[in-house]
Amino acid sequence: MAKRIEVSGLHAYYGGTHAIEDISMTIEPRSVTAFIGPSGCGKSTFLRTLNRMHEVIPGARVEGKVMLDDEDLYASSVDPVAVRRVVGMVFQRPNPFPTMSIYDNVAAGLKLNGVRGKRRLDEIVEESLRGANLWNEVKDRLGKPGAGLSGGQQQRLCIARAIAVQPQVLLMDEPCSALDPISTLAIEDLIGKLKSQYTIVIVTHNMQQAARVSDRTAFFNIAGTGKPGKLIEIDDTSKIFTNPEQKGTEDYITGRFG
Amino acid sequence: MTTLSRTKSSTLESVSAGRKARDRAAKVFVYLAFLLAVIPLVSVLWTVISNGAKRFDGVFLTHSMNGLASKDAGGGAYHAIIGTLEQVGLTTLISVPLGVLTAVYLVEYARNGRLGRTISFFVDVMTGIPSIVSGLFVLAFWLLALGMDFSGFAGALSLTILMLPTVVRATEEMLKLVPGDLKEAAYALGVPRWRTIMFVVLPTALPGIVSGVMLAVARVMGETAPLLLTIFITKAINTDPFSGAQGSLPTFIWDQSTDPNTNAVDRAWAGALVLILLIMLLNLAARLVAWLRKPSSR
Repeated sequence: MAKRIEVSGLHAYYGGTHAIEDISMTIEPRSVTAFIGPSGCGKSTFLRTLNRMHEVIPGARVEGKVMLDDEDLYASSVDPVAVRRVVGMVFQRPNPFPTMSIYDNVAAGLKLNGVRGKRRLDEIVEESLRGANLWNEVKDRLGKPGAGLSGGQQQRLCIARAIAVQPQVLLMDEPCSALDPISTLAIEDLIGKLKSQYTIVIVTHNMQQAARVSDRTAFFNIAGTGKPGKLIEIDDTSKIFTNPEQKGTEDYITGRFG
Repeated sequence: MTTLSRTKSSTLESVSAGRKARDRAAKVFVYLAFLLAVIPLVSVLWTVISNGAKRFDGVFLTHSMNGLASKDAGGGAYHAIIGTLEQVGLTTLISVPLGVLTAVYLVEYARNGRLGRTISFFVDVMTGIPSIVSGLFVLAFWLLALGMDFSGFAGALSLTILMLPTVVRATEEMLKLVPGDLKEAAYALGVPRWRTIMFVVLPTALPGIVSGVMLAVARVMGETAPLLLTIFITKAINTDPFSGAQGSLPTFIWDQSTDPNTNAVDRAWAGALVLILLIMLLNLAARLVAWLRKPSSR
């Protein structure tokens, strides 16, 4: 069910600001692709163009092509809402719905899309929570508010919520940056497990994390303040971290930046 | 080095006497300000309760003033309570959906467009309308121009003009407080915008919207001027808000208190007490509803 993403000639703008410039890459199915690079280089912006979340911001627009297998996400006939059901997303800060219980948080995507039937929902909720390694911790308090969990648990709840709608691709925007090392480890294990079923793209500032979890790594950089972000190179993670093609990548990875 | 030698040897010692004195002065000032703010409130409550208790009885709550002159003892505000509940109920039924939807439009859809700015401007203008003017408007438009009869509904219309902008503003402020994160989380699940608003944004803002609505209800419940011109006060019980003159608590209080007779004045005080109690009960009920909806209480 995982799908391949092929991006070609992609530009993104915020109003008059050119945020990312001419990005082309292929993201392989059933693998983890990590995006690394300095702050403000457009990693998150690029990630958000992959499920049409970029255009949620007023004045934001995208040019170029994003192919999901053989469908163009930016074709005029495509409904952005339908795209987001296929390409799920986990955010930097855990954001469970505060008015909903743990159960309702996981079931939210299904319920709000009209899936009915308690048996079916129960099954999917359990399956998703197990998938997110959270079931054993919360199975006795599914009716309690999701906001009452710890930060790491909340983030796994958000992952459960994202996989409950059975997407083909899972985008993660710095999913561990607000978490302690133990919760981070739990999420990384989970990513390793999920990649057998999903195409996973993860933005991270943590180089070790990129090295640990990803199969391929893309390095983004920016020429200067106000300039658009660019893709410098994308390759197998082992190659990027040991023998990158570009000098800029090597400087960034070894900490000799700028 | 001279400055160093002048500072105290230990930084853990207590702060200087001057700073302590200033701290104490500020504390006293804060408590005084609080007391000053509470005095009028307590005084109003005390006066209304002590004067209203005389006639706050079963007869008062179950009888109208039908057939009674103002000098007579007995009688009550039943007709006025019915009138106020129906008028304010209708007002709430009209202004809450209209106001909440307007606020949703302004916050979620208009995004500073020309139409949104225009609506915002007129909502501000509406907030400033003196209450008597809203009564005059309904009198001129609904009763005189369209030739409708005096009724509780006409009163509700004039109250709606006053309540609508308050509901819009309160809801707008609450909707703006809903974190963008939550909306994005819902969008990222492939939830359409209107469902996101219905099932994520509005429930998150609900407690705030409820308190805003309750404040607005409390405000219009005490309005007298617009009702004077629209409901054509009666002493008899009229349970149908859509036809014929109706009573209401504020006009009952006004009517009885302008009469130089102790029986009437006592009824006015009891009426004021009933009005305050009604508003309090509604507030408590609204809080209960908001509390029951939270998942933690289950």
